[in-house]
Amino acid sequence: MIKNMKFFDEMQSESGHRDPYDAYGSWFAGQDNARLASKSQEAEAFFRRSGITFNVYGQSDAEERLIPFDLVPRILSNREWTKLSKGIDQRVRAINAFLHDIYNRQEILRAGVVPIELIAQNEAFLPQMIGFSPPGDVYTHIVGTDIVRTGQDDFYVLEDNARTPSGVSYMLENRETMLQMFPELFSKIKVQPVGDYPKSLRRSLAACAPSSCQGRPCVAVLTPGIHNSAYYEHSFLADQMGVELVEGHDLRVVDGHIAMRTTRGYKRIDVLYRRVDDDFLDPLTFNPSSMLGVPGIMDVYRAGNITIANAPGTGIADDKAIYSYIPDIIEFYTGERAILKNVQTFRCSEPETLAYVLDNLADLVVKEVHGSGGYGMLVGPAASKKELSDFATKLKSNAANYIAQPTLSLSTVPIFTESGLAPRHVDLRPFALVSPEGVNITPGGLTRVALTEGSLVVNSSQGGGTKDTWILED
Amino acid sequence: MLGKTAGGLYWMFRSLERAENTARLVEAGFRIALTRSTNAEAEWKSVIVTSAARAAYEAKYQHYDSESVVHFLLQDADNPSSVLSVIKSARDNARLVRTALTTEVWTSVNETWMVLTKLLGAPIPQTELPAALATIRAQSAVVRGALHGTMLRNDIYDFCRLGTFIERMDSTARIIDVKYYSLLPAPSFVGSRLDNVQWETILRSVSAHRSFRWAVEDDFNAPAITNFLILDGRMPRSLRFCASKIVENLGYLGMNDDTPKPSLEMAERLSGRLKDRDVASIFEEGLHEFLLSVIEENAKIGQQIEQDYRFNS
Repeated sequence: MIKNMKFFDEMQSESGHRDPYDAYGSWFAGQDNARLASKSQEAEAFFRRSGITFNVYGQSDAEERLIPFDLVPRILSNREWTKLSKGIDQRVRAINAFLHDIYNRQEILRAGVVPIELIAQNEAFLPQMIGFSPPGDVYTHIVGTDIVRTGQDDFYVLEDNARTPSGVSYMLENRETMLQMFPELFSKIKVQPVGDYPKSLRRSLAACAPSSCQGRPCVAVLTPGIHNSAYYEHSFLADQMGVELVEGHDLRVVDGHIAMRTTRGYKRIDVLYRRVDDDFLDPLTFNPSSMLGVPGIMDVYRAGNITIANAPGTGIADDKAIYSYIPDIIEFYTGERAILKNVQTFRCSEPETLAYVLDNLADLVVKEVHGSGGYGMLVGPAASKKELSDFATKLKSNAANYIAQPTLSLSTVPIFTESGLAPRHVDLRPFALVSPEGVNITPGGLTRVALTEGSLVVNSSQGGGTKDTWILED
Repeated sequence: MLGKTAGGLYWMFRSLERAENTARLVEAGFRIALTRSTNAEAEWKSVIVTSAARAAYEAKYQHYDSESVVHFLLQDADNPSSVLSVIKSARDNARLVRTALTTEVWTSVNETWMVLTKLLGAPIPQTELPAALATIRAQSAVVRGALHGTMLRNDIYDFCRLGTFIERMDSTARIIDVKYYSLLPAPSFVGSRLDNVQWETILRSVSAHRSFRWAVEDDFNAPAITNFLILDGRMPRSLRFCASKIVENLGYLGMNDDTPKPSLEMAERLSGRLKDRDVASIFEEGLHEFLLSVIEENAKIGQQIEQDYRFNS
């Protein structure tokens, strides 16, 4: 628990409900708690029956878990959203330009804006991508930008997730659940729809097909298989797009193209939306023991005969040390100031900065540069003395592996509990689709909520839940 | 459709069929054990033999007592054919082929897995066994209903049906084979107490003790029962019925083929052997030999389907 900090609540201000929550707040005041509690259980049963579950890595009893769903929506006005979506649009364009540049002319390195060591010595930088332009010059076909809020007009980007963002199925299922539980709310309050996402995703992926592709591009989703923690989402997206869900052993190289084994022989694929990490994509190029990928796919890719979404080597943009340069990257490629703020980031690789971080460890959040999912991070203000000193030891032994950030006073949105509403910290992950036709951002996203009182960690693997996210019509 | 998906559908429905058949075998065995206690051990042994699980069972247990057999067939996670195991496998396959299933079929399989995992995960006292078996059968009916009521009649449906009937043909043939000695037409046995018990078990094992009486205006006797279970085209678990369904579904799948696939030709041959003949000629051929060859042919058809439709490679 973090004491002595003041938090911005998105629903309640001192003078009553904030504007976006006006209509919802008065609806809620007229509701019976017992009825809402039973609705909440209904939702859970629905999620279980539908198999909307995930496996937690590192837990031996392979029991499937639900991501808890909270029935109070997270609501943003159209004005707030417009600013966010402009900021995201600007950011993903800059990231694509950056990726194309560092794998080709490397002007940003030559201009000294981003230090060359950060690229050259980075595991996420793939030499195999040098001198190659993916179809349509698109690297990040799908981006899930993590945004946090600390005040009325203070939004920060926490992570860009340009690699393989997950969670979009929850954005869609949460809305579906709300529509089923509270249809009356949606006739009272005009909420922008999110349901077109799968159609847009398919169109956006098809628009990125290799130029050699003729006719309607064949799209497929590549999954590591049913034991992957996000398998539900992979099957959901394939199902909703009406495309095949394939695994590595369904695919092979046939006549210079990637093809999938059907009951009537091999059929060519033009666009592969892969949910398999770079390292496992091609045993001939990367991890030779990988069973999840397709031997030879990188050759087909470099010959321009398949689109891989997102492009291999995109992970470099998710590096938390690169993150600290994103405002400069935006200025370098767009000539504009960043619309969305970055969180102040201390690079522990720099000796003076490391000393500062060690001195102030109890006030900072420290993360691994390649980490994700909330694993391996330290939340200083919530850590015990022993945790702090253990972490300091780890930090000193491999400083370049870490960055530190101030502990943000994340905004709160109430969750429903048996005894009424209770504020909890939230973040927001909107989803952006990138194709040569442009950037398409679905109005909404995944709101993750830390269900434990006072907790700032919203990751589902760390006990976080989700909420439906409403962007109001004007 | 992906070959893997076709295979997943086929195995999903083989598993579901196996769960139902096993529950029915246990039900028949339980009934006999309750009413004719002197033959219980032999009866349970024949149930295990019918499930083709004798080696696995004897590696674990020394006696054929009701408690061990029931646990082994319904709840034992080490037994890959226990109801608990095959329901898990059906659900894993359903997840694998999620994009080929309607929401109703997927939800019904997932719910079946949730209900049965809970039911079979805890000890089942003998007093609760009938209710547990009823639940297994009721859940199977829910899945079947969802399949028939919501799925398009296309190749997806054909692979589901092929899994069902290949598994069912195997099961019915084994049931008759295990009891074949009591079905041999030896006039001196007819009407003896032992015979009646065995025939009753056979009919109960395929849920046909009522329909036999409706369909066959005859007393329980060996040729009538054999004829009913092997050659009667109206009986949905008879060998002839299963074979004709396999031919039918392979026929739909191969509708646009210039030359018929080997699996269809094999199924047509097997189906031909079950048509236009009488039971006397089967007895002449030797019932046991006849059944063994059907089981073997059926297994080969299954393997040929896997190859023809590229389940694995």
